[in-house]
Amino acid sequence: MARILRTGSFYLGLFLCSLFAIFPGIWMVISIFKKSSDLYSTGHNPFLYHPGPTLSHAIYLFTQTHFPTFVLNSAIIGGCVVGITILLAVPAAYALARLTGHWGERSGMVLFLVYLIPPSLLFLPMYQLVSFLGLANTIWGLAIVYPTITVPFCTWLLLGFFRSVPRELDEAAMIDGCSRFRAFLRIVLPLTLPGIAACIVFAFSLQLSDYIYAATFVTSSSAMTISFGVPTELIRGDVFFWQGLMAADAVVSIPLMLAYGLLFDKLVAGFQSAETAAAGG
Amino acid sequence: MNGGLRQLWASVADHDRRLGWVMLGPAIVYIVAFIGVPFVLAVLLSFSNATVGNPTIHHFVGLHNFIEVIHQPQFLTGLENSLLVTFVTLAVLLVLATIEVELLARPFRFKRLVQTLLILPWAMPVALAAIAWLWLLDSQFSPLDWIFRQIHVLGPGGIFGPSMHFYYLGRTGLALASIIALNVWRMLPLAVIIVLAGRLSIPQELFDQAEIDGAGLFRTLFRITIPALTPVLIVAVLFTGLLVFGDMAIVNLLTSGGPGNSTQVLPYWAFLQGINGGDLGAGAAVALFLLPVLLAVAVFALHFAYRSRED
Repeated sequence: MARILRTGSFYLGLFLCSLFAIFPGIWMVISIFKKSSDLYSTGHNPFLYHPGPTLSHAIYLFTQTHFPTFVLNSAIIGGCVVGITILLAVPAAYALARLTGHWGERSGMVLFLVYLIPPSLLFLPMYQLVSFLGLANTIWGLAIVYPTITVPFCTWLLLGFFRSVPRELDEAAMIDGCSRFRAFLRIVLPLTLPGIAACIVFAFSLQLSDYIYAATFVTSSSAMTISFGVPTELIRGDVFFWQGLMAADAVVSIPLMLAYGLLFDKLVAGFQSAETAAAGG
Repeated sequence: MNGGLRQLWASVADHDRRLGWVMLGPAIVYIVAFIGVPFVLAVLLSFSNATVGNPTIHHFVGLHNFIEVIHQPQFLTGLENSLLVTFVTLAVLLVLATIEVELLARPFRFKRLVQTLLILPWAMPVALAAIAWLWLLDSQFSPLDWIFRQIHVLGPGGIFGPSMHFYYLGRTGLALASIIALNVWRMLPLAVIIVLAGRLSIPQELFDQAEIDGAGLFRTLFRITIPALTPVLIVAVLFTGLLVFGDMAIVNLLTSGGPGNSTQVLPYWAFLQGINGGDLGAGAAVALFLLPVLLAVAVFALHFAYRSRED
């Protein structure tokens, strides 16, 4: 009896946690396909369709608004940010984990502190910097600024991954005649691919999540990202295109949810090794 | 060890250091140029009279900006709300994350599916999450209001009736509660992942021993799990707390600081002053108030995390 009660409360707990997490998402997905007459009536059950569902608002979003431009901008910026982040963070993390000695071993905390400097503290000088470079109101301004969020975080995360690779492996390769750099490329890098994959997902989603920099640098629709463009362009004064807004939300959020879901265990492992490294260093 | 071998080792060590700087260099240059320089500028800016129209720093005006912003009532409301929202969010997060981690630490069927559902709030970009909640909390068409009407909490004869709506974002208390709820919702998956990483590192023998000793569920939780989790709970607090404290998108999109200015927070007030108001100096002065709080939290939490590791 106690066992049944325990199992029951376990699954009830899981159900309630899941419901809390996805309830806004359920409402979001239901809303996409509602006809306006259905959406703006208060009488009946809002989770059902009366009359039936429609695709017209989702089609409107993709054909009559700037949403495709925002998606393209975010994808281009995302590609640049992921590229810059990996090129800077992977060598830096390896150098800190292996090559810079005692000083490098203590760098985890410093990187963490750099990551903690919030964009809301830096956005005004960043505006000056981007204006000075002539990149205000362009997607390139954002592409060059977003790695400030991703590089410290990804370096910190990768530090844990590199430290979990035994030093003996690269040393053995070097005894066999490899240079240090070759040992890094051939032996250590393949072993840290899961960490690099996690960094790619993180870098991409962190830049996708930014709102304040886009709101600061960008004013024209042609340079807007998803996060800034959707709330800015699809809400006009008091007029909300709710079905379109929810469709835009879902199109971006569901793939991200699946990617994060697949990486859930990897993320936990990443934090495990990062925490162990923090304790050791 | 003969001389030749020693020489070889020495040359490798020498090489290592050089290679280390080559590999580290680009990241350092980038971080100095795009975080270090703006960081210094953020301080200089708060002492200057720069505007959006004339963004270069020409004149320093001493403490003028700080004196000006402290005398704005919105600033004090913002400071108060920023602290309130952050502290309440963290308190709720700690409880919920500990519970959720205990659930996820066990094996069960469809675990992957449940994990995927649980991570949704954190996977969503913050602005899009705020839009989803804006619709969820709509003054007229909120499905929550409909549910509350069905269970006779709202509507004629309800506890909060006869009103048909809560107007979540239209009243100060409920609007702040909504901002806190959205923050908790959004940060819970991140907190869970950080704490779960720590939970899975606790040796299983500790739990087996507790079970042999006949310790119950709560005894095990408070005597073994929570003490062992303290360092990671602190890391989770640090991470999520600073993300909550520095965020302006949620308040901007959910309430715009309203009703009135009653849900204003520091980062959004800095944005309104600096960008919408065009006064970069005043905006930077407001934003600079984030710094001492952030530093204090970071130093305290990291210090505490390291100390409890050594014990």
